Amino acid sequence: MIPDEYLQTFVVECRELLEQMEEALLIVEQAAEDPEIINAIFRAAHTIKGSAGMFGIDHIVVFTHAAESVLDRVRSGDLAMNSILAALFIEAHDHLKELIGHVAEGNQPPEETDNHGKRLIMQLEAYLHGTAAEQPGDSSEMPTVQHAKLEREQSDTVVSSELWHLSLRFGPEVFRNGMDPFSFVRCLSSLGSIEELVTIIDAIPPAEQMDPETCYLGFEISFNSEADKLAIDNIFNFVRSDCFIRILPPHSKASEYQRLIQELPEQEMRLGEILVKCGTLTPEELDNILRIQSEHGDNPQRPIGEVLVEQQLVSPPVIEAALKKQQQVKDNKKSEASLIRVDAEKLDELINLVGELIIAGAGTNLIARRAGMADLMESTATLSRLVEEVRDSALALRMVQIGATFNRFTRVVRDVSKELGKNIDLIISGADTELDKTVVEKIGDPLTHLVRNSMDHGIESAELRISRGKPAKGVLKLNAYHDAGSIVIEVSDDGGGLNKDKILGKAIERGLVSEGAALTDKEIYNLIFEAGFSTADTVSNLSGRGVGMDVVKRNIQALRGTVDLNSIEGQGSTIRIRLPLTLAIIDGFIVGVGNAAYVIPLDMVVECVELRAWASNEDDGQYLNLRGEVLPYRRLRDHFAVEGDMVQRENVVVVRYGERKAGLVVDKLMGEFQTVIKPLSKLFKSEKSIGGFTILGSGEVALIVDVPGLMEQIEHDREVAEMTIVAAAK
Amino acid sequence: MANENNKKQPSGPIAITGELTIYTALELKDTLLDGLAASEELELDLSGVGEFDAAGLQLLVMVKQQATVLGKILRFTGHSPVVLELLDLSGLAGFFGDPLLIVKPIREGKSI
Repeated sequence: MIPDEYLQTFVVECRELLEQMEEALLIVEQAAEDPEIINAIFRAAHTIKGSAGMFGIDHIVVFTHAAESVLDRVRSGDLAMNSILAALFIEAHDHLKELIGHVAEGNQPPEETDNHGKRLIMQLEAYLHGTAAEQPGDSSEMPTVQHAKLEREQSDTVVSSELWHLSLRFGPEVFRNGMDPFSFVRCLSSLGSIEELVTIIDAIPPAEQMDPETCYLGFEISFNSEADKLAIDNIFNFVRSDCFIRILPPHSKASEYQRLIQELPEQEMRLGEILVKCGTLTPEELDNILRIQSEHGDNPQRPIGEVLVEQQLVSPPVIEAALKKQQQVKDNKKSEASLIRVDAEKLDELINLVGELIIAGAGTNLIARRAGMADLMESTATLSRLVEEVRDSALALRMVQIGATFNRFTRVVRDVSKELGKNIDLIISGADTELDKTVVEKIGDPLTHLVRNSMDHGIESAELRISRGKPAKGVLKLNAYHDAGSIVIEVSDDGGGLNKDKILGKAIERGLVSEGAALTDKEIYNLIFEAGFSTADTVSNLSGRGVGMDVVKRNIQALRGTVDLNSIEGQGSTIRIRLPLTLAIIDGFIVGVGNAAYVIPLDMVVECVELRAWASNEDDGQYLNLRGEVLPYRRLRDHFAVEGDMVQRENVVVVRYGERKAGLVVDKLMGEFQTVIKPLSKLFKSEKSIGGFTILGSGEVALIVDVPGLMEQIEHDREVAEMTIVAAAK
Repeated sequence: MANENNKKQPSGPIAITGELTIYTALELKDTLLDGLAASEELELDLSGVGEFDAAGLQLLVMVKQQATVLGKILRFTGHSPVVLELLDLSGLAGFFGDPLLIVKPIREGKSI
């Protein structure tokens, strides 16, 4: 049995590879073929096959094998990648993703999936047996090498052959790693012509000891090519680690052959015969080499490029290009190596510890202030600054760019527009906006729903668009930006917008609003987030079942976010999701009410004013006139039913959330405080106006005010009050 | 992949159909060695081989060598196109010494 942790890594890696593959496929489908991208797809398929093979997950190996074989032909130029083939591969990718999903859940794929896989394999294999579409004109693109006179050290004899010589001994694991030695030979023929190939079967043991899944093969190849050594060498990148590979350029020194013969496991005479058979060495040359066996070729090792130039086999520009490419490969490796996969739990642990550190730091700070020790206060100030920085970088570890999530929608838009027969462009902006990983993970589903909804109901069919004077091609935009301590994600389309009357009609029909109620446009639009609401005339495969928008809203609220909608009829609509940046630590503003302390998220605090200075009319106790603006306010003392004496000077903390503002009346303003949010137990779940609690430096517990929840509650209470008034009036 | 092994007639050919690759090598090793043990003269029909890779090739080499060790006669017949292609590429056609492209074998050639 495979240990779970390895399997987990396998699944994670496969998913990443599949993501890369999908991205590449979408590019290939759109644009002409780029060998780099085809290579990326091939590599992804290849790696998945290899690791699936290691875990013995046979159905994945079989399936990827089919895909890989076709890709290999595309890569070698036998097959042209076109949009039909790309579409087939996208389907194959989906199937693979499903298979990996089953692996992750630890179950076998159902028969249906199996059959689908078989059908895909058949489709893929059809490409394998098809006739070669075109032969690659590779040789013409290869750097031409000028054959020049050769000047060499006199002491070392040079073989006369014009051919490269390749000695390959494959490692025992080559088959199990999902590779076929002959595929390298085929690859090699794309660089030149194989003059002679001798398959070395000497290592195959007698029948009883032979393991048919272990590779015992080797090749001696003489090869006619004008390609440079790097190009030939690159072919063997996949097997380099466990194979013996020697590549000798044309006219190599006899001593190099001698070294080769020494290194190879077979007997000298047998090897010599093979080399002669390959046409690499003449019998005389072989004799010479074997005779001077004792003399060791101890030339200092020099970079191959230097040697090649000196031998006038390759022109300097070619070397330069090769070196540049090598550098690129190195750079890529470097950036790969600088990434570390970390368990999310460890990260959470770190953040939790940083949180405790902040609390401890605040405690020290408090004691220093109480004791009035200037030195200590100074040092705690430095300390708290550092802790703050540690907090920021710890949190930054969890931050990921939203781009990856957005890019996934390229695929969704492609699929859905095909399904709907609409032509829709996706425009992504703000992809580098960062937010917490947990939030990113959870936002995917609601976003998908919104995007599908926009495409299905928002954007009209091409004919309707033209008749409305809009371009036939619809546009869907995804945008993200930071605003007031939260991240805003917008999904907008240039479709028909929402029909106000229809929504209102439906809402009245469903009993969501009473007839004759005066609602603002915005309120009407946001009715679509109510449970069981759908205005679609027909239920389509995509949306319109009346479940969905309310689920979207619930999901977003669970992330302490909000969602609202703007629409202009005939011009499109925009859905705006507002989410907190992180779920763990916030900058808080402490206020005192009676003996208790409350924390208000600082991001939401606009200003603090004195109540009496602005609320001239104390009677109704609901609104104050803030510089001509009507501001509803609420006494926290009343809201949380805090006992104790009223203070003389009450203060108002003006908070803003989204586009709404409200005032919270408190007794004392106690300043800023870094707050580690600790969740409340389920018992308090129904209390919407409290988002969690924190521990102050003094060890006291302070409740964190959930401003959006509080605002909602204020509004709700007011509605109830109004209703009672209306009812009383009747 | 299916193997039709006619064990009642010791000299009857064994037909390998479908894949002769790394995926089937383990199974086929036993099938082929059993077949070889059961008769003095064995014929392997390769006409139904749809896929053939280095592992398959290596397997055939092993069986051939085993036959030589046991002093038995082993013939490969009806090489399918994929088999021919790889034999040609590997340069091992001479090692097997079977007449290629001919459906009915005439005589077993000599191996090195």
